[in-house]
Amino acid sequence: MKKKLHFDVATYALPLLGSLIILAIWAVSSATWSKNLPSPSKTWEVSRPFIVAPFEKRGELDQGIGRFAWYSLWLVAKGYTLALLIGTPLGFLLGRSKLFAKGLDPIIQVLRPVSPLAWLPLGLVLFEKSQPAALFTIAICAMWPTVLNTALGVRSIPQDYLNVAKVLQLSPAKTFFKVLLPAALPYMFTGFRLSLGIAWLVIVAVEMLTGSPGVGGFLWQEYNSLIYEHIILCILTIGLVGFVLDRLMSMVETRLRAS
Amino acid sequence: MAAKDTVAFLQLKNVSKGFGPSKDRTEVLADINLDVERGEFVAIVGYSGAGKTTLINLMAGLSTPDTGKILLDGKPITGPGADRGLIFQNYSLLPWMTAFDNIFLAVDQTYADWDRDKKTAHVERYLEMVNLAAARDKKPAELSGGMKQRVAVARALATEPQVLLMDEPLGALDALTRATIQDEIARIWAETRKTVVLITNDVDEGILLADRIIPLSMGPGATLGPAVDVSIPRPRDRKAMNHDARFKLVRNRVIEYLLGPGRRSGEPQAQGTASVAVRTDTVAA
Repeated sequence: MKKKLHFDVATYALPLLGSLIILAIWAVSSATWSKNLPSPSKTWEVSRPFIVAPFEKRGELDQGIGRFAWYSLWLVAKGYTLALLIGTPLGFLLGRSKLFAKGLDPIIQVLRPVSPLAWLPLGLVLFEKSQPAALFTIAICAMWPTVLNTALGVRSIPQDYLNVAKVLQLSPAKTFFKVLLPAALPYMFTGFRLSLGIAWLVIVAVEMLTGSPGVGGFLWQEYNSLIYEHIILCILTIGLVGFVLDRLMSMVETRLRAS
Repeated sequence: MAAKDTVAFLQLKNVSKGFGPSKDRTEVLADINLDVERGEFVAIVGYSGAGKTTLINLMAGLSTPDTGKILLDGKPITGPGADRGLIFQNYSLLPWMTAFDNIFLAVDQTYADWDRDKKTAHVERYLEMVNLAAARDKKPAELSGGMKQRVAVARALATEPQVLLMDEPLGALDALTRATIQDEIARIWAETRKTVVLITNDVDEGILLADRIIPLSMGPGATLGPAVDVSIPRPRDRKAMNHDARFKLVRNRVIEYLLGPGRRSGEPQAQGTASVAVRTDTVAA
């Protein structure tokens, strides 16, 4: 009983304490050296209508924060799907073919660290519209963990399983769906999870630059309108949504690894 | 080996196999000749690392010999085939499938034209044959080593191959489980009369199960020694092994070869081999 209580203190009270300390630093900062920084209470006051009615649409630029987050999530979902659709087969090719891996690996290592801010203008040049350019940017930034982890997963398939497929003379389709895919799936999911994290990271930059409606777009617009409270609201929303996404993915991942 | 009127069912003729690039290439198997008759149970007994798995992979068609030929029923083996079933050393069950599904995967492929009910009944029959009907829906992680190996045996048998190749199937099991499954293999062989090639490092296992034991010399360049016939009637009593003269005779002949001519291969001796030799000399002195 005592042990259980101790556990609860560690999981709930400590994060609460940490948050209170941050709040205190924030409040002191806004009151002393940074006059432009809105205080926590002011932030709450100004953000309230956006939080209590999260899905209300009062105007194009005046919508609940939930609604903005939903726009962003929807764009991320599309870009992320694109990333998986390109990244997974590419990863399989890299994992299965040594020649392919040798040829492509240096290119991947060079393209991987490129910032979304650099890809977006290229997307605009290529597709001329902001929506496809945004999808292009999300996909090309987010797909690398999927590519690399899928390749690693495919390379890590034990030779024994491949021998089983050969001895049973499984067709290529059966070999893929019954042996290769299930064997590589746990690795692939690690890639999927990391990719989703990046996709969510990229969305803000993309929305800022393209002016699309969403949390990132809202953040930039409110900065320009000098409503700094909303910047903090957006940051917290982005962080929270990212956290929930990662939790959901790692729940699926754990289940996959366990089975 | 006694001259036969007909051609043997499974034949290996002057087979050799090596690995690595030509400069520092290791010859694993050299000059392997083997005739296995239809319905015969042959055990190949040899040192760990002598190339036993390489030999069975050649017969399974997972790799091809550098020289020589492997013929099954007069036709050369070019790859894996439904006519040969392989039981792997480490079970090699797919961990994401239940015992049933692991066997079903094999049956589904071999008997593609059967309807689902027939395939299911077939899988269940083989699960019963290895006494695993109760573990039908368990995944490999929930099974003990012995149970896993039984599933692997059922998987190999369920495709009803003409030849069953076993690569140290019981090597990873404890002694008691080993004995149980040996008895099961003996019973199943008596029921099905398959042609079997069993690879093992356990001479007694060969004596219990096989018609003929063939020692494999130490590598590199391992080759087969003279065959020892095991003409002890079945069922063989493992409790008699320690005092029955016939058991002792077979065991001595196999061990004499393995410790004598079979330990010295044509190639320069490896480091590990030398240390064994020194130890024996000390004992002799």
